[in-house]
Amino acid sequence: MTHHVLHMPCTEAEIRKLRAGDTVTLQDTLFGIRDATQIHMFDRGRRTRFDLNGHAVIHTAPNVRKIEPTGTNQAGYEAVCIGTTTSDRMERFTRPLMEREGVRIIIGKGGLREESARAFQELGGCYLAVIGGAAALETTWIAAIEDVDMDDLNPESLWRFAIKDFGPLIVGMDSHGGSLHRDVQASVETRRAAVLAKLGAA
Amino acid sequence: MSVIPPPEKLRVTPDAIEEAAKLLYIRALKILPDDIKQGFFRLDASETDGLAKSVLATMIENIAVAERTENLLCQDTGIPIFNVQIGRDVELDGWALKQAIARGTERATREHPLRSSVVHPITRVNAHTSCGAHVPVINIDFVEAPRTLRLEMIPKGSGSENGSFLQMLIPADGLSGVKRFVVDAAIKAGGKVCPPTILGVGVGGTSDLCMHLAKVAATRPLGSVCADAEGAKLEVELSEAVNSLGIGPQGLGGDSTAFAVHVEVAATHITMNPVAVNVQCHSARRASATFTPEGLVIGF
Repeated sequence: MTHHVLHMPCTEAEIRKLRAGDTVTLQDTLFGIRDATQIHMFDRGRRTRFDLNGHAVIHTAPNVRKIEPTGTNQAGYEAVCIGTTTSDRMERFTRPLMEREGVRIIIGKGGLREESARAFQELGGCYLAVIGGAAALETTWIAAIEDVDMDDLNPESLWRFAIKDFGPLIVGMDSHGGSLHRDVQASVETRRAAVLAKLGAA
Repeated sequence: MSVIPPPEKLRVTPDAIEEAAKLLYIRALKILPDDIKQGFFRLDASETDGLAKSVLATMIENIAVAERTENLLCQDTGIPIFNVQIGRDVELDGWALKQAIARGTERATREHPLRSSVVHPITRVNAHTSCGAHVPVINIDFVEAPRTLRLEMIPKGSGSENGSFLQMLIPADGLSGVKRFVVDAAIKAGGKVCPPTILGVGVGGTSDLCMHLAKVAATRPLGSVCADAEGAKLEVELSEAVNSLGIGPQGLGGDSTAFAVHVEVAATHITMNPVAVNVQCHSARRASATFTPEGLVIGF
């Protein structure tokens, strides 16, 4: 298990160094994205003005407060509480995010499925697990809401956050086919029969 | 001939209910009940997996950060649910109570501000009020407690709510079918429902009542026990079973899959054997306001 610090955006070579079970701290920039954002981007053909190439996106829809735009919060929002939502619902957007937008890292909770694992392996990406429900803590890793696009979808807008020491995050799925989520699921399946037998419900 | 005067009624104004609804929504999002905090410490003490222990430690740290920074525990403001218990000798305008709860919810959303997590189910339009058709969900019950009105607020997160399962089993499936269904629901839910969870199980009733029972079970305080003796036995058995699966906190492996499995039961039809699972995530948030003639008590 190795700890890595990645400054965003990052390169494929940096991603290929990560192995499932390693930990990562991100620096500089992070994009927030969610169900509606990706439905509009990939099912309805909307394009963002942001350059996501080499970047990390996090599955989130934040609590924000409207403010007068400042030097660091130019979009006119400040963070109230920013956390992470369940990734599984957004499984089918992994490949288009990587192929069309050049995204390298997806951050979420609960893991993604096999098609995402294949996309990470083929295209050089990874899934970083953040601790879901620990949003008060996660908010302290956000320095500012720098910008926002597709804000008609608020709170499911496409957000650009400035981040400082974002993590530690756990490499849940790496670019070599490794997946902690798959390993745990396989282990659970092998325990199922014994658990049911003990319940008299085999 | 002496005349016994009728007991004095407890009267609660809509304004007081609106203020309480606003306060409870915000409080529930920020302060975790003591029974859940104790549940975390209990799991942490018994967890044997290293990664799972570090995940639990982060969750416990988050509870402290939320209190210190007066911030929300989780960004998911949930679907607002209000459970209203009306005791005997309480006089109130029920229609006005429902309006007041919705106003309090909307004010919490605008004034804090909170993310409105509620959209129209077909247009997906968010009115940014945390309200909509039938939302807040308001469950009203009448209880024996004299001159007492209790509001319980539950912001129900979507990650765990999406882990809801119902099956109209048949009598021939037996209790073993019920147990198998719960174990398989826990497996399907996996890490998506933000474990460690409270797994709520409804057994019996009609299809809608069965799922309601599961929700009641999932949102019951830790340490509470099913009033039905057979249900209570099932709680013990299923808690051990679910925590033997190795799903662990966040589904990353470990012993701490559920704080507990809670069961609620209702009588059912001779041809039916319904079972439902509803999950409460580790951010098992609740807040309550109790009105009595002595005043208002805010708690969990």
